[in-house]
Amino acid sequence: MKTIEQIEEIRKKIRQELDIRVNSKSSTREKHILVCQGTGCTSSKSPEIIETFRKILKEEKIENVRVIRTGCFGLCAKGPIVIIRPEDTFYAMVKPSDCEEIIHTHIIEGKEVTRLLCKDVDGTMVKKLDELNFYKKQKRIALKNCGVIDPEDIDEYIAFDGYKALEKVLTQMSPGEVIDVVSKSGLRGRGGAGFPTGKKWLFTKQAEGEQKYVVCNADEGDPGAFMDRSILEGDPHCVLEAMMIAGYAIGANKGYIYVRAEYPIAVHRLSVAINQAKEYGLLGTNILGTDFSFDIEIRLGAGAFVCGEETALLESIEGRRGQPRVKPPYPANKGLWGCPTLINNVETYANITKIILNGAEWFAGIGTEKSKGTKVFALGGNVVNIGLVEVPMGTTLREIVYDIGGGIPNGREFKAAQTGGPSGGCIPKEHLDTPIDYESLSEIGSMMGSGGLIVMDDTKCMVNIARFYLDFTVSESCGKCTPCRIGTKRMLEILERLCEGKAGEEDIYKLERLANSIKKSAICGLGQTAPNPVLSTLKYFRDEYRQHVLYYECRAKECKALAKIEIDPEKCKGCGMCKKVCPVGAISGEIKMPHKIDQEKCIKCGSCKQKCPFKAIG
Amino acid sequence: MEEQTKCTNCMEQKTKKEVEELLTKYERHKDNLIQILNEVQEKYGYIPPIAQLTISEYLSIPMAEIYGVITFYSRFTLKPKGKYNISVCLGTACFVKGSQVILDRVKSTLHIEEGETTKDGKFSLDATRCVGACGLAPVFTVNDEVYGKATVKKLDEVLEEYSKKE
Repeated sequence: MKTIEQIEEIRKKIRQELDIRVNSKSSTREKHILVCQGTGCTSSKSPEIIETFRKILKEEKIENVRVIRTGCFGLCAKGPIVIIRPEDTFYAMVKPSDCEEIIHTHIIEGKEVTRLLCKDVDGTMVKKLDELNFYKKQKRIALKNCGVIDPEDIDEYIAFDGYKALEKVLTQMSPGEVIDVVSKSGLRGRGGAGFPTGKKWLFTKQAEGEQKYVVCNADEGDPGAFMDRSILEGDPHCVLEAMMIAGYAIGANKGYIYVRAEYPIAVHRLSVAINQAKEYGLLGTNILGTDFSFDIEIRLGAGAFVCGEETALLESIEGRRGQPRVKPPYPANKGLWGCPTLINNVETYANITKIILNGAEWFAGIGTEKSKGTKVFALGGNVVNIGLVEVPMGTTLREIVYDIGGGIPNGREFKAAQTGGPSGGCIPKEHLDTPIDYESLSEIGSMMGSGGLIVMDDTKCMVNIARFYLDFTVSESCGKCTPCRIGTKRMLEILERLCEGKAGEEDIYKLERLANSIKKSAICGLGQTAPNPVLSTLKYFRDEYRQHVLYYECRAKECKALAKIEIDPEKCKGCGMCKKVCPVGAISGEIKMPHKIDQEKCIKCGSCKQKCPFKAIG
Repeated sequence: MEEQTKCTNCMEQKTKKEVEELLTKYERHKDNLIQILNEVQEKYGYIPPIAQLTISEYLSIPMAEIYGVITFYSRFTLKPKGKYNISVCLGTACFVKGSQVILDRVKSTLHIEEGETTKDGKFSLDATRCVGACGLAPVFTVNDEVYGKATVKKLDEVLEEYSKKE
């Protein structure tokens, strides 16, 4: 149990020690080796890197060097990432076997290990993280601490203004004032729909009920999205702190974090954070000596996409099948066990502490007229710099894909960007200059969604992408309402027929009509938005659908039943690369002579197409 | 034959005891059901019928309702998984980079569909939605080992390697 004064003391002391994390001119003789331990880098052996560093340091008896695990730096494509502070040197794709060289050359001799430095998209060598084009247009608010602090050390969080917002709220502000600040900041829900956060807080505060709850929605189900996970892995305390502030504002004393069981690292860091906060008396009764009490519990999801829908999530916390409830009543009035409940997404909470400390005006000064602040995106798919990016609202898609993302790899062309996951749509080339905010995206038939942003190149068939999303929706439909349960299944069947070349032109109309009726009649947000991937591709890529039914052709050659992979004898130089990579031995030909594909044997895996240096296979 | 039944019986008794032990740290609240099922799934790789019965008695929830919850969530399974569980990521980032081809290849090599286990109990196959290593797409996992930037060739090598193992 710590008092406000003791917390302040820790803050001052540790902040000084950690100055080298943020100040490259720090005069200390210490060095910090930061190693990313987000899920991406962990999958490529970053825990082993940490161990190896520690082992070498111990063996060589080197002092003044600390090895720190951190959350995600963002540039997952270059992982595992190692950063050395204070000089801020950035090493990419480090292997455990590289540790020895880094210690000897960099730490002992003071020279850079040039071969591990990162090359930017334009070919220039980059020594520091923020010299990368990837970071130049980013603005980190929600991700402020990710990659800076050790997420499993509460002192490091406290050092960078952690729990200062809670202290300010508890000692200087009334609940009404807190809600006022959140409302004025213009913050909107980052889970997808964009409902004004301040309003949600106000409704829950005004709702009648003795017992109220605060819930954090960390059931990030959108496939290919990892924003919330990265925040929980890199800075779990900021979510806890914000939930407490919300609890104070609406008059709740209990919070639940509903997180996917598929995120073991995030769950672990959250439980560590909760325990540490309890030890310091930052969670529990009479927090910081005030009469405010708050407790947080973790609830694990079990792999159901629909539980990201707020009422389904509540059902799941209560231990039942995650089927959405009919709204109204909204959770603000009747939520968990019938009590008024405030539900916000992880990223929404991650903005709260910064808004309280820096003021509503500061936050409202960032972004566009109706969408304030920043948005975190998980950039993935056919783009060079796959990773986590945070940009001010209003940044255009082109800036994200080309300036930050580094464009499309393998000399391919941009075809579409998908936002909003299974509830969103595909945005074509002509809308690349659309500024990203809630309104602009829904105007062009997509939605902000939670922040998944998948880039697709011209080898992707849009009919097949629509089929992919519908396949997802069908298997994840909870089955409560007919339009979603049966309607999406029928849509999927039509799409499958299209991909197999068994559909007629009338099927396209049927598909469209069905999509529009599901949109109007499903009971929850997920059902209502399930047809979006189909509607948006029909809107922008209708000719591709028509090609599937009129000419039985798939121009991207992705629909196997319609595609035939062939080698262009004019472009083929007979290098034999395709022959080597073919897993079924379907390619034959003499060296320096055009090769041929045996269509009977070919499984259309596309390996040869990827490998061909002359782009002769298509 | 008799011996075998007897043996199944003692296995069941053993499981029942273990599950009862595990239940002691939970209060008898219905909202603990999913937490408990998660723990049982983790421990056994599936949810054995005897565990369902034990939980049902402990929390006073009908078996039918528990069955309903188990079948609703994709993480819970009613059948044991293989010794090596292969999961191919079908998240959008991986799908765009060709993970469907990887999945099809596993199916045709092992002659099993998603959610099935090979007859010898060695391999089982799942299609998962995002394992979180989007930077390494396409990705598949064998138990906890993650294989990134997968190609059909790499998959074949990995499968070959595991086939040789015990």
